[in-house]
Amino acid sequence: MISRSDRLDQLARQIYESISRGEVPALSLPSRTRENIVLDALSLVWKYGESKTTRSATNLDGAEYILKTLYLIDFIKEMYSVSKTSTLREMYYISEGWGHAKFHAQDESDLLTEDLEVITEMLREELNLRPEENGASIIGNITIEERNRKGEFKRINCRDDVGDGGYNIPYSVEADKIKLIDSKARFILAIETGGMFDRLVENGFDESYNCILLHLKGQPARSTRRLMKRMNEEFRLPIYVFTDGDPWSFRIYASVAYGAIKTAHISSYLAVPSAEFIGITASDILNYELPSDKLTDKDTQALNAELKDPRFQTEFWKQEIETMLMSGKKAEQQALAKYGLDFVTDTYLPQKLGSIGGQS
Amino acid sequence: MNKDPVSKNKEISISEFFNKNRHILGFESPQKSLFMIVKEAVDNSLDACEEFGILPSVTVQMEKVDQDEFKITVADNGPGIDRKEVANVFGKLLYGSRFHQLRQSRGQQGIGITAAVFYGQITTGKHALILTKKPEDDVTYRFEIGIDVKTNSGVVSSEDRQITEMDHGTSVTIWARGKYQEGKQSIMEYLRETAAVNPDMELTFTNPDGKTIRFPRTIDELPKKAVPIKPHPHGTEVGDLQFVISEAKDESISRVLQNSFSRVSSRVAEEILSLSGVEPDQKAGTLPLKDIKAIVEAFSRVKIMPPQTDCLSPLGIEYIRRGLRNVYEELRPSFYSKPVVRSPIVYKGNPMVVEAGLVYGGDLSPDEPIRIVRYANKVPLLYQQGACAVTKAISDMDWRSFGLEQRSGSGLPFGPMILLVHICGTKIPYTSESKEAIAQVPEIVEEIRQALRLSARSLRTFMRKRERRNKANEKYRLVAQIIPEISLKSGKILGVDPPDTSRTISRVVNVVLIRERIEKQSEDTYLVSGEVTNYTNEERSFTIHISPPAGKSDTEKIAVERLEPAESRPFSFTVKSELPYRETDFYVEGIDPVYVIGAEALPPDYQMKEISYEVEEP
Repeated sequence: MISRSDRLDQLARQIYESISRGEVPALSLPSRTRENIVLDALSLVWKYGESKTTRSATNLDGAEYILKTLYLIDFIKEMYSVSKTSTLREMYYISEGWGHAKFHAQDESDLLTEDLEVITEMLREELNLRPEENGASIIGNITIEERNRKGEFKRINCRDDVGDGGYNIPYSVEADKIKLIDSKARFILAIETGGMFDRLVENGFDESYNCILLHLKGQPARSTRRLMKRMNEEFRLPIYVFTDGDPWSFRIYASVAYGAIKTAHISSYLAVPSAEFIGITASDILNYELPSDKLTDKDTQALNAELKDPRFQTEFWKQEIETMLMSGKKAEQQALAKYGLDFVTDTYLPQKLGSIGGQS
Repeated sequence: MNKDPVSKNKEISISEFFNKNRHILGFESPQKSLFMIVKEAVDNSLDACEEFGILPSVTVQMEKVDQDEFKITVADNGPGIDRKEVANVFGKLLYGSRFHQLRQSRGQQGIGITAAVFYGQITTGKHALILTKKPEDDVTYRFEIGIDVKTNSGVVSSEDRQITEMDHGTSVTIWARGKYQEGKQSIMEYLRETAAVNPDMELTFTNPDGKTIRFPRTIDELPKKAVPIKPHPHGTEVGDLQFVISEAKDESISRVLQNSFSRVSSRVAEEILSLSGVEPDQKAGTLPLKDIKAIVEAFSRVKIMPPQTDCLSPLGIEYIRRGLRNVYEELRPSFYSKPVVRSPIVYKGNPMVVEAGLVYGGDLSPDEPIRIVRYANKVPLLYQQGACAVTKAISDMDWRSFGLEQRSGSGLPFGPMILLVHICGTKIPYTSESKEAIAQVPEIVEEIRQALRLSARSLRTFMRKRERRNKANEKYRLVAQIIPEISLKSGKILGVDPPDTSRTISRVVNVVLIRERIEKQSEDTYLVSGEVTNYTNEERSFTIHISPPAGKSDTEKIAVERLEPAESRPFSFTVKSELPYRETDFYVEGIDPVYVIGAEALPPDYQMKEISYEVEEP
């Protein structure tokens, strides 16, 4: 097997050789756009298709891109040699010293890191780069072992051994860091907002329904999605996604279930196609007469984009998106409090969860 | 203030008249009233200096007397005022109103300064203090002047003689209540804009906090003097003709027309009179109103030569250029347009000239509406921007093709630009007596638009040049910095020597690149250095012509002989320029210009261009 370092060298060699031959160096990678994601029939997740983007040194932007890639490779190889890792943010700051290859914003360095993953087919963990802690958390009857800084595995039951904040999901949840030991839960309820997560914790929903509550914290981080995927695969736990009722929440669900456009190269590793949406729908807003806000121009744009998004081409989504466009309304999951603090746990979720949702 | 009930009543009635008409005279708010006092006094000083051919030195001093009372002193080095005239000039409304003499001037019919004195008197009870000395006088006269509200005339409450160091000039001090503020519509802004179009003036302003700001004189040449002319029949109203007749009752009407109007020969007078059915020999004073009306009506039906235009004193290219630089250079604009001075037009018998200039870029904010600096007869117009013909002409134009932002192609554009428009004329149609905005007369709006279009065109040329320059810089960065670095880095990662980049580079650009760097060496000397690099596959020989857009360079052309592929050759020369020097126009000869970045093809009129350029800037 070729080493991680060799795989990075391969890329540098490709550029080196094209200059030696008197050619213009270029890097090619799948276009990471909505138009270029296709459904993988085998895994049922969305991955990048055939369409490619080429960044070549014929123009300044392309040349700077290649130069930045080389700097990034050099930096990663340096980290390999001293066995260090860096956060994406640290890497962004380190690039301050890269002269012409300096990044202008962290978005740019994050994107390039993802591109490098796509080009080298290595995960960022393998590139010794990691995201910031994002603080997503779980509460529920599941037992895991996490390797701590001393290298020892420590057993944690995510219901009995944690406070009200729950168990904090670390940035890496691979088997060398986290072992999934046992779970008596029947399903995972993934919740978009902290307010709703706290409400369900306070109402003891995890106990009464014997489920794992997971706080997505908005658009979920990779490690959050990866942990869901592992729990789903290793314990056969179904996943229900409970979000606000607006276009951005629909995207949160899509990235959990189908894979995100930005990370479609690792969809099969992150996405859970069987995840079900039980968030607020456009029909819920009307049926429950929920307090709502008017859609903004950006919301409408996002909904229209979703109508063109291949991931949303199902009857259910088309109908919900069109209903939302027509009603012009969106609502937060906490709007359910209109009917009292217990309405969500006593009425809304049981209705949504239907047969599987019976109290244990 | 006054204990006598009778005169108090009278005073109230005149005060009331003033108060009711404040907005017409411009004294509608405490802030604006102070502004008006300074403006009227400064306008008068500049008019007087211009008429007598004196390079103006003006000082404006404001002191805070108490919470809302100010002492305002405006002093000039003008011709001084005859001691017998002082009371009339400062104390009589409408003094100096004359129909038979038309000339472009800042002040109009002597309302302004009297209103200022009057405002001071009714708000503080204090009389104005005037010091004046004519060059031939041995002493300076000192007057305290008020206005007798009963007779509407100046009252001299004290007259004195003093020995002062003043050679000649006038100083006016007015105490008035008001409010001092800085900002868009302020005394400071008025003075700044006044300085911008009067580079022959030196101005010192001390604000109420004691801070002193100086605008130095940057031109030692007087502006062209405006010659007074007689009114032109076109644009004459019945009342005007009645006034003329009243001053020459015993003359024949034919003589009156010839003597009092411009461009009326005996033949023209005859034609007018025969059209209106009036006997040429009839005594003017005996004409009934219907005949006077008939004559005025006939004016418009007779072909009369347009009025002379030497009664105008436009700013001219050099004044606008220097003025803009003097006042706006602190914003380090990246572009000064070549000022536009249009030929005179005639509106209702009055000649008029529109001029425009603009600065662009630098520290100006790109996200705000452009700043409009409007002038009428060299006086900045700070108020009523929305009602003004200038604003209308700007808003009606589509600025998007000139690189500015403008929703739907009308309205005020957004961008880092200051646009100066000056309109001068013997009789400018204002929207009101306070002369704050020019009426939106279609002919005038159209004329302004023409001037704007020319200015905007020069802006577009600049933007295109800048774009090409950016492109050249980008290419330079690409081939001189980034690609070599890619090569170095790829070698470093692999632990081998970096590959040679020359073949890759010539694939990427295949051009000759000309680059310059400009370094200021002294007030007016700039060192331009740079290099020519051949990124093509062939050896190249050609000539580069150097054409500084402003100033003069010590080198006319550079001969580049046998420049080999990948070879770089340095050059340097010196430019003398009084204006800030930002870039050189390079032209190439002897090479297909498509292979050159950083220079243009040599235009066919290149030599001619140089000649006209010499004339323009000796």
